Amino acid sequence: MTVYLPIAEISVNLFLILGMGGAIGLLSGMFGVGGGFLMTPLLIFIGIPPAVAVATEANQITAASVSGVLAHWRRGNVDFKMGTILLVGGILGSILGTWIFTVLKAMGQVDLLISLSYVIFLGIIGSLMFIESVNAMIKSRKGSVARKKLHQHYWIHGLPFKMRFRKSKLYISALMPLSIGALVGILSAIMGVGGGFVMVPAMIYLLGMPTSVVIGTSLFQIIFVTANVTLLHAINTQTVDVMLALLLMSSSVVGAQIGTRFGTKLRGEQLRSLLALLVLIVCVKLAFDLVITPDDLYSLGEGGQ
Amino acid sequence: MTSTASQLATALAVLYALTLAWVPHSQAQSALVTDISSHLVSVTSDFTGTELLLFGAINVDDEGPNRGDVLVVVRGPEEDVVVRRKDRVAGIWVNTEAVEFARVPSFYALASNRPVEEIAPPDVLNRLRIGPSRLRFRAAEPEQMSLPFEEAIVRQKSRANLYSDQETAVYFLGDTLFRTTIVIPANVPVGDYIAEFYLFKDGELLGAQSSPLFIKKSGLGRRIYDFAYDYPALYGIAAIIVALFAGWLASAIFRKD
Repeated sequence: MTVYLPIAEISVNLFLILGMGGAIGLLSGMFGVGGGFLMTPLLIFIGIPPAVAVATEANQITAASVSGVLAHWRRGNVDFKMGTILLVGGILGSILGTWIFTVLKAMGQVDLLISLSYVIFLGIIGSLMFIESVNAMIKSRKGSVARKKLHQHYWIHGLPFKMRFRKSKLYISALMPLSIGALVGILSAIMGVGGGFVMVPAMIYLLGMPTSVVIGTSLFQIIFVTANVTLLHAINTQTVDVMLALLLMSSSVVGAQIGTRFGTKLRGEQLRSLLALLVLIVCVKLAFDLVITPDDLYSLGEGGQ
Repeated sequence: MTSTASQLATALAVLYALTLAWVPHSQAQSALVTDISSHLVSVTSDFTGTELLLFGAINVDDEGPNRGDVLVVVRGPEEDVVVRRKDRVAGIWVNTEAVEFARVPSFYALASNRPVEEIAPPDVLNRLRIGPSRLRFRAAEPEQMSLPFEEAIVRQKSRANLYSDQETAVYFLGDTLFRTTIVIPANVPVGDYIAEFYLFKDGELLGAQSSPLFIKKSGLGRRIYDFAYDYPALYGIAAIIVALFAGWLASAIFRKD
């Protein structure tokens, strides 16, 4: 059974899309990640135009983040003050990101921009995660647990505009969350991701936030940044396909619920090393596509821009 | 709009062809009577392509085994196309050169009862732009090296089943009736199409007919598309509201406590 996607302007197999949504939802539930960084490349692999994949995925992540943040909010795990500062940065970043995207789309370079961003970010994050999880596995086998400081002091704690974040038990410069938010906003606009895979480590290791509030706070920021990205792409490039987004939303929430139940039964380090491998596979596939000689060196695009 | 201009141009071309046909053969007044199985194709959300039946009758006075040749052309709305070429830059393939072409038919299907080169001389085929290779795209800025880019349009469009050239797809039923089917693929561009019928005999154009054909998005897909392009900001806001609601719904359904 096929379904016609009105903005992507292609017909796709309904069950393929639902299956992909379910599978990525399952993974995101298991690993506690948004899944945008896996879904966007998959959509591109099945023939959705990259620009449509990015903008539509941003829309889907809004939905996924809402259901996530509500659960964390009930448990009081959202630092709204920190989230708001991250959000201000995120809005600025996503405006800059969509501007870059629109300009490069007109130049015919947006597909390259998307692929290169993915190769670089998936490569870095995947490698770091893999090394970290393998180290953790070795450590847990030896049975020694290194005690960590609450948080360390670097040069960044000397920056101006200090603010107090009660929930996160931090007194740091507002410039830090602002610039992290901005970076994530740019990534969100260009790559169609929530950016949790960059923001969560940054919040833990750079800001020193307590792990309990990190996920909820990052989801809070992601809702608004991806909503902004959706709006900007809808206005600038008309690439948000609500039909595709709805199909992905409906199947991924179901997958995520099953995944969450699965995830609690598996060991953390093994889970993370599996995810790292998955990230690296997607990265290698994208890099490979950039390097191998394409079937046809010529491609057609819309004129008159 | 370019579609009206293109229709006008096509109408003029057909008119021109008709006058040509009329001068030597003024006795064959209605050499060709034609129709299409449907003048409106609706692209709905479950559209997987369709086939159009194009048929007609020829009226040739001459006796003999040679009853004439029929060419059927379906052209889609014209659009501006940018053709980009990739080159290897620092090990990866990057779009480098680009040539823009104005008024490229988004769809072009040709059917004939035998290879067109046997039906009419090259100059006539070129003038009427019969066949994907004779469409003669115009580069927006005339460039010397645009030929490989033009060939790329035909190649890519053919691969997407948007350009086709079926040389033995027109069937005669008896001496006068003919029919052919043209496949409209699922990825067909929407807009105002035109179906042209040409009757040749011994390399001469005896008659030509054209009829309009509309390919339209309809149903939900149509409404979504129009909304996205006519009211982009509202569409974006609606997409966000849908997402917020879907997220809340999911959380409400799966809430454990």
